Amino acid sequence: MTQSIVVQVGQCGNQVGCRFWDLALREHAHVNKKGIYDEALSSFFRNVDTRRSDGGAGQITGGKISSLKARAVLVDMEEGVVNEILQGPLRDVFDSTQLITDVSGSGNNWAVGHWTYGSTYRDQIVEQVRRAAEHCDCLQCFFLIHSMGGGTGSGLGTYVLKLLEEEFPEVYRIVTSVYPSAEDDVITSPYNSILAMRALTEHADCVLPVENQSLADIVNKIRHMSHSGKGGSIIKKDSTVISSQGGVSGVEKPFDAMNNIVANLLLNITSSARFEGSLNMDLNEIAMNLVPFPRLHYLVPSLTPLYTLADVNIPTRRLDQMFSDAFSKDHQLIRADPKHSLYLACALMVRGNVQVSDLRRNIERLRPTLPFVSWNQEGWKTGLCSVPPVGHTHALLALANNTCVRPTFTELRERFTKLYRKKAHLHHYLQVEGMEQACFTEALTSLSSLIEEYSQLDATKGVCMPEAPRLNIAT
Amino acid sequence: MSVVTVQVGQCGNQVGQEFFSVLCNDSSNAKDKLYKDCSHERFFREGPSQDLTARAILIDMEPKVINQTIAKAAKSGKWRYGDKAHFCQKQGSGNNWANGFSVHGPKYEEVVRDLVRKEVEQCDRLTGIVTMMSLAGGTGSGMGTYITQCLRDAYPHTSILNHVTWPYNTGEVIVQNYNSVLTLSHLYQFSDAILVHENDAVHKICAQLMNIKHISFNDINKVITHHLGSVLQPVYTASSSHYSRNPIGEFMSSLVNHPEYKLLSIRNIPQMSSTSLAYSVFNWPGLLRHLRQMLIANAGMEEGIDWAVRAQSASKSDRGRPTRELGFNRSLANLLILRGKDVSSAETGGFKDPALYVPWLPVESAISSWSSSVPFNGYEKSATLVSNSQSLLRSLNSTVGKAWNMFASRAYTHQYMKFGISEEDFLDSFTVLEQVISSYSQL
Repeated sequence: MTQSIVVQVGQCGNQVGCRFWDLALREHAHVNKKGIYDEALSSFFRNVDTRRSDGGAGQITGGKISSLKARAVLVDMEEGVVNEILQGPLRDVFDSTQLITDVSGSGNNWAVGHWTYGSTYRDQIVEQVRRAAEHCDCLQCFFLIHSMGGGTGSGLGTYVLKLLEEEFPEVYRIVTSVYPSAEDDVITSPYNSILAMRALTEHADCVLPVENQSLADIVNKIRHMSHSGKGGSIIKKDSTVISSQGGVSGVEKPFDAMNNIVANLLLNITSSARFEGSLNMDLNEIAMNLVPFPRLHYLVPSLTPLYTLADVNIPTRRLDQMFSDAFSKDHQLIRADPKHSLYLACALMVRGNVQVSDLRRNIERLRPTLPFVSWNQEGWKTGLCSVPPVGHTHALLALANNTCVRPTFTELRERFTKLYRKKAHLHHYLQVEGMEQACFTEALTSLSSLIEEYSQLDATKGVCMPEAPRLNIAT
Repeated sequence: MSVVTVQVGQCGNQVGQEFFSVLCNDSSNAKDKLYKDCSHERFFREGPSQDLTARAILIDMEPKVINQTIAKAAKSGKWRYGDKAHFCQKQGSGNNWANGFSVHGPKYEEVVRDLVRKEVEQCDRLTGIVTMMSLAGGTGSGMGTYITQCLRDAYPHTSILNHVTWPYNTGEVIVQNYNSVLTLSHLYQFSDAILVHENDAVHKICAQLMNIKHISFNDINKVITHHLGSVLQPVYTASSSHYSRNPIGEFMSSLVNHPEYKLLSIRNIPQMSSTSLAYSVFNWPGLLRHLRQMLIANAGMEEGIDWAVRAQSASKSDRGRPTRELGFNRSLANLLILRGKDVSSAETGGFKDPALYVPWLPVESAISSWSSSVPFNGYEKSATLVSNSQSLLRSLNSTVGKAWNMFASRAYTHQYMKFGISEEDFLDSFTVLEQVISSYSQL
């Protein structure tokens, strides 16, 4: 069994991270009735005896749960969010040494986050990550959670990403990035995003892009459905996808519902690595199957079902509906339409009481409606995990490597260019030590070539590509 | 007279567990004491209190499946795996053949050899090794291939039967075609025979014959192991008075008469749900007639057989035209295994028809027939046909074609190069398989 370490950077990163730890505890509490510190728990938590004089630096394996500590490093350049965590119900899950904070924040400035704080806190961050890694038997993956639009998450977050690649080149880096919507209130978010994109393209193994607007739409849809009482189906209020009911934290805060969705994404992606199933899908398999070319590693996530139905005996029709929903544009976590773009690869991670025949039936049903690239016509990666998420009998996470990210990136580039042409706010960046004009141009070039790679693949869509002539064997 | 089984990867271990379960149930229920003792001795070690321990090694690069497999076996109460008969690591192979073959294989070679040696030492006489793995993943396919190579080195005079599971066409793993190509091309060099089960075909059997509504991998594995059990349980191979002492060796010599042709397919009749079984009566002529047509028309089961296809002797006019076009599945060799009531009355002449076979081998060497009067696995009469024929040609061609197409775009190749498999290695593998395809096409 392998372990993963979560590195949460910036306000958004830490708020999402918090929701993740809350839901993870809830999930494991639900499954682990006997209170034994088992392998599944150990993938994200250490079991520590806080009565020991060394303040719980040691670790107990096997046996009863004593005190769980998250395998996490929390980084923020202003204290507000992290302090709240430390005063909230999750305070016991984190060791004070796992937190790295400063006071004044990054002022929504990528350069400050990346260069100023990067160099200042480099050693501290490396040390904390190293400590967390040493507590792991077999470290498989770093989960980095951050936003793209701000200063700390975006700037310092990408600095940390580079660090992780340098110090731990063998460990996978899966990055959950929250992209700013068009109506974002941070004016410089296009700069921050584009500057961060370069690091994501070059140093991450996989990126799961998420857009605030999509999350908000999904939350509204669930609320609307549960309040309007759609005939024929009884939907539980406060669906577990968006609700933290049963978790450690009591009061819900504004972004909580949206953050819960992202937290669920992370739980589902790691479910097969933690729990048993008839067809396991480990984290290293995700990178292997979904990334055909090193730079094209942006995977569009979609989660279903979004609400829990009150009737437990789910007829096949509903199950099939779950699969159909995963491909509808309402369920994607970024604003994109994968059905009308080109699929390079697709992974289906099913949880709960679903058999291989259900999976096969749905793949066969949906396959003709989805455009796949010519050299990967049957490119499906599937996983079956027996343990469903809390409150559901089954769930599906779809990860698509699809060219529908291209419009998202192109739009981002346009917003960037609008500002950059006028040199708006540029001086705030250039006056930071370590920052140069070249950073901007290089970042732009990197993004443009990425968009170009996607375009070239898009151009093959619908075109009947001739099959490569086979090798001729002398008979 | 013992057989040691090496189960590698998730699929290999899941199939393996079901395999021993079927064997144990079948022999425990058998009324023939000789049959029971022979089967127990072949596949299990008997402890002081008559508890059975499987002669098996379990290998996987991550612990979940092995733990589950061992627990499931122990829960049966009838047999278990040896305490130290398994080896696992913490992190899997990530569906990467190169990782399994070039990294995990060599790294854990010593440990695996050791485990196998210890198990072999507990056999009075080792007559064969069976490996179980899938083609699609990383550990079973990659490491399984490496392990087979090691076993070939360590036991040069022992027959090694590679049982492989061919993945569903509409994938389970995106790079499954690469993994399959790499596995088959390497195995071809040093395996004695590759016995194939295709998930798609077995799935159809579950759906149409067994009438299972929600087919799980458990159901699939039950069918696979029913087939395997029907081959490997005790039989009389020649007209001798005792059960064959060298079943795997004789299996090889019956079926693999030319090193260029090692791909074996398996058909079994009848297959049905246990509820239907209670109401069914069979006769040998009917069973054998269906089985013969299943072979000729390349059908995987007794429903939906194309009775219009006829066996055609290869004549001068056919030369150069691939027999595929005629719809007829030509064989190099067949092994017929009959089990159950009145087996001595079964008339197997239909399989001796020279029209079924290639003209350049004498018919007598092309067909072998084994039998046992003990009913197998709840079926009063059961017939199995293992064939070295063109059955797998279409699947093989399709897999190689898809892999080649993907390779042409160099998609995913960087993942393999990371672990030491180069483009050259890929090209070599493709070449080997194109040769195999060509050989089978021209039968």
